[in-house]
Amino acid sequence: MSSVSRSEPTKAGTAGTLLGAARSLSLKDRYARANHNGRMTAIILFLPPALLLFTIFVILPIFEAGLMSFFRWNGYGEATKFANPVGFQNYERLAGNRAFIRALLNTGGIIIVSLAVQLPLALAMALLVAKRFAGAYLFRTIFFLPFILAEVATGLIWRFVYDGEFGLVSAIWGVWGAEAPFVLADRTWAIYAIMIVVVWKYFGWHMMIYIAGIQNIPSDLTDAARMDGATRWQITRYVTIPLLMPAIRVSTFFAILGSLQLFDLVMPLTRGGPSNATQTIVTYLYNFGIERTRIGFGSAVGVVLFVICLGFAVSYGRTLFRKE
Amino acid sequence: MDRRASFDSFNFTRYAVLMLVSGLVLIPLVATVLGGFKTLGDLRQNPFGLPSEWVIGNYWQILTEGNLWGFLWNSLIIAFFTVFLTLATGAMAAYVLAHVRFFGNRMLGSYFMIGLLFPAAVAILPLFIKIRDLGLLDTYTGVILPQVAFSLGFCILLLRTFFRQMPHELFEAALIDGCSYIHFFWHFTLPLSRPILATVGIFTLVQSWNNFLLPLVVINDDAQFTWPLGIMQFRGEYSTDWTLVLAFITLTLVPAVIFFLMTQRYIVAGLTGGALKG
Repeated sequence: MSSVSRSEPTKAGTAGTLLGAARSLSLKDRYARANHNGRMTAIILFLPPALLLFTIFVILPIFEAGLMSFFRWNGYGEATKFANPVGFQNYERLAGNRAFIRALLNTGGIIIVSLAVQLPLALAMALLVAKRFAGAYLFRTIFFLPFILAEVATGLIWRFVYDGEFGLVSAIWGVWGAEAPFVLADRTWAIYAIMIVVVWKYFGWHMMIYIAGIQNIPSDLTDAARMDGATRWQITRYVTIPLLMPAIRVSTFFAILGSLQLFDLVMPLTRGGPSNATQTIVTYLYNFGIERTRIGFGSAVGVVLFVICLGFAVSYGRTLFRKE
Repeated sequence: MDRRASFDSFNFTRYAVLMLVSGLVLIPLVATVLGGFKTLGDLRQNPFGLPSEWVIGNYWQILTEGNLWGFLWNSLIIAFFTVFLTLATGAMAAYVLAHVRFFGNRMLGSYFMIGLLFPAAVAILPLFIKIRDLGLLDTYTGVILPQVAFSLGFCILLLRTFFRQMPHELFEAALIDGCSYIHFFWHFTLPLSRPILATVGIFTLVQSWNNFLLPLVVINDDAQFTWPLGIMQFRGEYSTDWTLVLAFITLTLVPAVIFFLMTQRYIVAGLTGGALKG
């Protein structure tokens, strides 16, 4: 192809001399040199589409959220956009807002349940089905099934299950001849009902992560332990689980990040109600920011969520991806 | 120890536990499917058993009268273009980031990873304003472009890692023979990357298919509703008639389950492999 393509200034050692030679060349030659094998062409054609999309729809909105959180704006009329600077008022309102504090506590509770109930359940199931036996594959598929359902569909299914007139709850109560409660309409119990759905929906995914981890453990390690007379429980406790720590760290990371952004599942179940008892950070953002087009206030909620996610990702990611 | 002879206590406990958990997982799903075949009175009497009389009217009504097909069509179009654009722009960027050295390469790589750190909800209000100002409210494009942007982080992470692991000798030899970067991308990198492209594509497809928040904010016109919006609207209108709602839910589950069974291999590889390689 092109005649200049044979020089390859990719090695650090040759770069310096080439640069020296380049000074005496015309601009056109310099470009031709930089463009060996169409290198520049590739950069110029291949990077901008992704870069533009990502910058416009991901990065810029984040900065705008940060900026808008210091203003009050109802979203209509460019002229009024920056007309009402309110300083930290949006954040102060959040700090004293009971529904928002409820949302933070609920999100924290969901994280705790994810870690304390969901992950152990997922680990237990993974240990039971990781090795081949009759039915292993079937059980794996069944446990993974809830994960592939859309959150909205899952929420509606469980809304039916919890229904006091038609659902499972009504059937169980019916056995005693009692009037069934509407769990999701109960301010105390609704959030626990949602936590059950979270565990139901996501444990299968974490199980899959653990299964992959278990299958990566060389079998000579467990075989050696067995030869030494270790019991099944000892092998699990002292060989398998310690070697599974990387997988456990990964799934912990995703469980927390997932809990922080819980929204789709809650909307069909309770929309954050009754009287804000089941708000999560994102349902709160939706109900009080988006529904009422309070751009500034909603952006402040977004910024808080961003800071929580970032803080978590940085502190946790540092330990998680240390190897890299 | 003879393995086959030992249907021992461990095996017995194992099956017992697995059956119990499977039951808990399956009961809500089975009840949903069966519920669609019941009359309302039947559902009230016996929400979890077999229908006392199989009724297909609920399913028939949704298949013929409602907007189900329109909702699914909207979701399909949006998902298709989201996947296509994500793979196209993501693969090109990942290729340059993996193979072409230039000033700022590593920085740009990290830049795209920022997208993995937070959910779209964080910036949904400014995003809404932006989509509105671009005149994209109530359009497919208004959902597609932000979805592509938010999928790019994951896509580029996986593809760049994969491209880097491909044997380097071939690449260097091709360059020395005068093959251009773009030519190599098109004729070698892409064909060799089919499995990973499939994994990323399926993952993006599922995310787009199930997405709720973004269409909820962008689309107001119910002719453009994706199916999650449609099902929520339907449930709002027929809140007293659970049998219809259950039939509706079931009909939206069918494509998802079929798709899952067809692509299980890639989904599991993408979720676990991608996560573990980090």
